[in-house]
Amino acid sequence: MTIDSQQEFAIQARGLSRNFGNLTAVSALDLVVEKKVIYGFLGPNGSGKTTAIRLLTGLLKPSTGEVNVLDCKLPQEANKLRLKIGYMTQKFSLYDDLTVKENLQFIAKIYGLSANQQKSRLSELLSIYQLNQQSQQLAGSMSGGQKQRLALAAAVIHKPQLLFLDEPTSAVDPQNRRDFWEQLFDLCDQGTTILVSTHYMDEAERCHKLTILENGIKRADDSPQNLMANMTEQVIEISANDLRHIKTQLVQLPAVISASQLGESLRVLVSKSENNPISLLRKQPSISATDKLAIVRPSLEDVFVSTTGKELRR
Amino acid sequence: MLKSWQRISAIIIKELLQLSRDKMTFGMVIMIPFVQLILFGYAINTNVKNIPVGVFDQSQTSLSRALQQTISATNVVNFTQHYHSLSSAQTAIDSNEVRAVLVIPNDVSQRLVRHPSVGFGLPPSSKQDNNRPIAQWLVDGSDTMIAASIKSLRNMPLVELLDNPANRNTATFEVTLLYNPEQKSVVNIVPGLVAVILTMTMIMFTSAAIVREQERSNMEMLITTPLASMELMVGKIVPYIFIGAIQVVIILGVGYWLFHVPVNGDLLQLVLATFLFICASLVLGLVISTLAKSQLQSMQMTVFLLLPSILLSGFIFPYEGMPVTAQYIAEAFPATHFIRLIRGIVLRDAQVFDMSYDMMWLFIFTVLGLLVATFRFKKTLD
Repeated sequence: MTIDSQQEFAIQARGLSRNFGNLTAVSALDLVVEKKVIYGFLGPNGSGKTTAIRLLTGLLKPSTGEVNVLDCKLPQEANKLRLKIGYMTQKFSLYDDLTVKENLQFIAKIYGLSANQQKSRLSELLSIYQLNQQSQQLAGSMSGGQKQRLALAAAVIHKPQLLFLDEPTSAVDPQNRRDFWEQLFDLCDQGTTILVSTHYMDEAERCHKLTILENGIKRADDSPQNLMANMTEQVIEISANDLRHIKTQLVQLPAVISASQLGESLRVLVSKSENNPISLLRKQPSISATDKLAIVRPSLEDVFVSTTGKELRR
Repeated sequence: MLKSWQRISAIIIKELLQLSRDKMTFGMVIMIPFVQLILFGYAINTNVKNIPVGVFDQSQTSLSRALQQTISATNVVNFTQHYHSLSSAQTAIDSNEVRAVLVIPNDVSQRLVRHPSVGFGLPPSSKQDNNRPIAQWLVDGSDTMIAASIKSLRNMPLVELLDNPANRNTATFEVTLLYNPEQKSVVNIVPGLVAVILTMTMIMFTSAAIVREQERSNMEMLITTPLASMELMVGKIVPYIFIGAIQVVIILGVGYWLFHVPVNGDLLQLVLATFLFICASLVLGLVISTLAKSQLQSMQMTVFLLLPSILLSGFIFPYEGMPVTAQYIAEAFPATHFIRLIRGIVLRDAQVFDMSYDMMWLFIFTVLGLLVATFRFKKTLD
């Protein structure tokens, strides 16, 4: 591999594993993240997203495997890496009993910004993240959305090349979430690589590229569009009256991977081995002739369901 | 280096801001020394007075009553009960109604006239009859201090009883009491309290310092920054050095104004010794903080260390009276060394250079503790 090609990647990991006693939180993870993209970790709670991020930031030492982040070999060069990355933790980790401004000043000083830099960077961040009015307010008394903007401002105060966000939007409303993603695309546009973990489908769909994690194992990785396009399982939408009853019947079939109700319709995931899913479902006694069945385009949620939860299903 | 100082100062400012908003803790900084000094200054007294005692008077004469009054006049005991049998007197001691009972025999007057200290010209006799004490004290001896006070009555002069001139013995020794001629306990207590209060508050402050950041999940953010372990430790200690200094001023100030405890020694030396002790205590707290998993645990560990640290320090019980093993343990605690230092400086105008062993111990304790805390604190979540 030449130096040039190496610099295209922000993160390269091979066979990355981490055990906590008997529990394997991350298992043989291979990961390549290009620069200047928003990369997503999608997975249910306990799927190893946070552990993976901690391994990539050097907060945890891997049990096995190689990690190279921004040309720093981990865990040996973790200290060198600290100045180049920003990390927004899942739980709000700034000081509740300091004001917005004091929190930012504290972080700026820790990152070694000079007095002049601190001043200009602070006023810049306060206006970008709309915190001017709250600058004298204690962080603990702010709303979820405001806290999240403050946390992001603190994470990017030293203009990191690579930003880690661990479930950044779990405590905010949809409007704040939209605004937050606008800000992420702005940062990405300015050249920052962003790695974000989430369990929201709409959020995952915004990422340039995605890794689906389950039980610490990578189930799939590609762009959301490719993941949906390449899905071989078939999605059938059923419009009928007694959907709850139909559902309990359908999930008994070996070919049916899952069925979930969306308002007035039921989305049924049928295994790729089944050549004619519509006729299979039609044969079921619970479905009457008047019910409408149609093959529809898969959503990211369908991809997620078809790749994960194989043991838990039903 | 400059960047390093910038990071340390960021931590210091942050700690001070947080402390200034934590009204309760800030109040404790002032109130703990103030309240404890006033409380202990008045309460801790090794000269015991007015012990409640009873009397079992078998003679019921004017002489026996006069004897009781003479004893009362010493203020050591206070006759509160009268008993009519030895067994009821014993029960009263058992039930803690009184701490001692004076048993006056019915031949008290005969015993008195023959008593050598009364001195009716009878030569000291070897005959049992002439050498009998005039009465007996039954004392609850479990509290040694109370027992000692009543024992001090053993040789009390009985001159006033008989309106006779004294037949004083010449003392074997002459005792000159330096530094505290009036024998006020508070003179010894106040400098000791500086050590006790500082031990308590300083260890408590820093023992929660690291673990609190962990509990509030601030630590996860801090360890992703370029902040070094040693910088964090130093930044956590410095603000509390000032807090400790404020407390010392309060204790010695109130001690001076309220209890007239003089500060005889050199102020600079006092500052030096106190500074070293504050650092040692803070560092001890930091070590606890890196061991504890929660603030509750750190509090338990603090209490676990606090009791031996105070009781073995010589604050109340003299160091010299402890068995050698206990003395070795006491030597490990910074408080023991500081009590020697501060009593020396404040009361005896001693020079710290003459007590360099204690100073060195505090210094070495601080440096070692800081290294242990830094080593224990890892910048990873492993």
